[in-house]
Amino acid sequence: MRPFGYAAPATVEQAVGLLAAEGSEALAGGTDLLSLLKDDVERVDRLVALRGVAGLSGIELDGGMLRIGAMTTLQELRDHDGAIAALPALAMAIDGVASPQLREMGTVGGDLLQRPRCWYYRRGFGLLALAADGRSMVAEGDNRYHAIFPTGQARFVNPSSLAPLLVALGAEAVVHGPAGERRLPVEALYQAPQTAEERENTLAPGELLAGVEANVDGSRSAVYEVRQRRSLDWPLMAAAVTLTGSGPRAEKARIVLGHAAPTPHVAAAAGDLLSGQELTPETVAAAADAAVEDARPMSGNRYKVQLARTAVRRALGQAAGMEI
Amino acid sequence: MKGRRVTDDAKRSGFSRRSFLRGGAAGALSGGLATGLLTGEAGAAAADADATETVGPGPVEIELEVNGVASRLAVEPRVTLLDGLRDRLDVTGPKRVCDRGTCGACTVLEDGRPIYACSRLMIESAGRSITTVEGLGSPDAMHDVQQAFVDHDAQQCGYCTPGFVVATAALLARHPAPSEPEIEAGLGGNFCRCGTYKGIRAVVAGGKGGGVTGG
Repeated sequence: MRPFGYAAPATVEQAVGLLAAEGSEALAGGTDLLSLLKDDVERVDRLVALRGVAGLSGIELDGGMLRIGAMTTLQELRDHDGAIAALPALAMAIDGVASPQLREMGTVGGDLLQRPRCWYYRRGFGLLALAADGRSMVAEGDNRYHAIFPTGQARFVNPSSLAPLLVALGAEAVVHGPAGERRLPVEALYQAPQTAEERENTLAPGELLAGVEANVDGSRSAVYEVRQRRSLDWPLMAAAVTLTGSGPRAEKARIVLGHAAPTPHVAAAAGDLLSGQELTPETVAAAADAAVEDARPMSGNRYKVQLARTAVRRALGQAAGMEI
Repeated sequence: MKGRRVTDDAKRSGFSRRSFLRGGAAGALSGGLATGLLTGEAGAAAADADATETVGPGPVEIELEVNGVASRLAVEPRVTLLDGLRDRLDVTGPKRVCDRGTCGACTVLEDGRPIYACSRLMIESAGRSITTVEGLGSPDAMHDVQQAFVDHDAQQCGYCTPGFVVATAALLARHPAPSEPEIEAGLGGNFCRCGTYKGIRAVVAGGKGGGVTGG
């Protein structure tokens, strides 16, 4: 790693002040950032360690409202019986991170804001991986793990384990910055970059993700990941679903795909199709088809379209507690 | 040293957590639910003007406990816990293999929790307690898990073994009699390219009745 400075603020205000300076990056669990620094994919002048910042770690369950501090580790969240009982799908998402060491080190904020796994990005070709003549290395190269919903030239996939579930739940992100606190839907944390300078998240310089809040009352959720192997790898495709209403009928359904697009991909048409419907093998299959209706796979990832259908079907089956 | 606020942790390891970075650059509140979650309120102990100080990129003096011994050394912020242990403190049990948080050969316990030492900056472990395979037991007085690895011949080239031993001890501490899925999940962060998984499973399964207990 190249040399860098290090600051360990004690308060959110101090952290925000430090992060506002150019060349400063927030350090959470470090499992992703240190690899990027070792590989010289990212460079920093100073790391701002969030580990000792007061108020960023912990879990509160207040009525149906679940608040999770961004520096809470995945293991702390998995071990929180109240949170898991209120939202069993959290366990489905966290257990996908099948390395105890990564669960102990990795944080909720770090999971949400980890950088894409795209191998062109990881080899230093940038998030858009455009050749000098403007052509896409991804589209013309090996794109087997890339997006089936590319957005402009952004063809990487969002790798977060928790984001699809939180987006399906309509969770809010709590962000602190130089201007104070702002809240936004977790969905709005993400963007498909249009230029080489843009990132895949919408945080401004000096802003940090403090935590997330979700209403976990009165809905049924599930996460289903399709994986090549059970540990030490990211899934090929993931679906998170949230159903309101009880019994076989879904009053409202929200379906979100992970590892499918540069952002968590809200399959709005699929959710709308199921809303107000009884969940049957037929309606679920129709929703799964609708979820990929506008998919635009590339040369090497057509198989992911079927994985998405399967993930949606199985997640819906788990959320509804039925064999589908 | 300033801000001396000796916690139980610090009493055990012999130094104050709030002075682990000499010069007082940082204040860490370990674990637990801090006050004012997501409200931006500063905790009572958090107001420390020095906490905005930037240290490095040159060496920074830090203190941490390694295998029960209080250690003080100066490291650049960019030095990983793994490299600091191996190259500076001559604690070479944790192995440097992938160096990217994937293979598990560098697994150590930080305050009792299994982590990849390659993916933690040593400065981030300041004030904490590190246990490596050397800290679990010695050749003359082996930890039950170490003895079980010998008994079940659960190694071949042996390079992944120190990480597996530490991960196994952590797994058995959490689940003294782990189920098959718990074994798979509990050791899912470690690789053995020789494929000694059968022997390692025997080590863990021994915990059910064979005298191996969590460490």
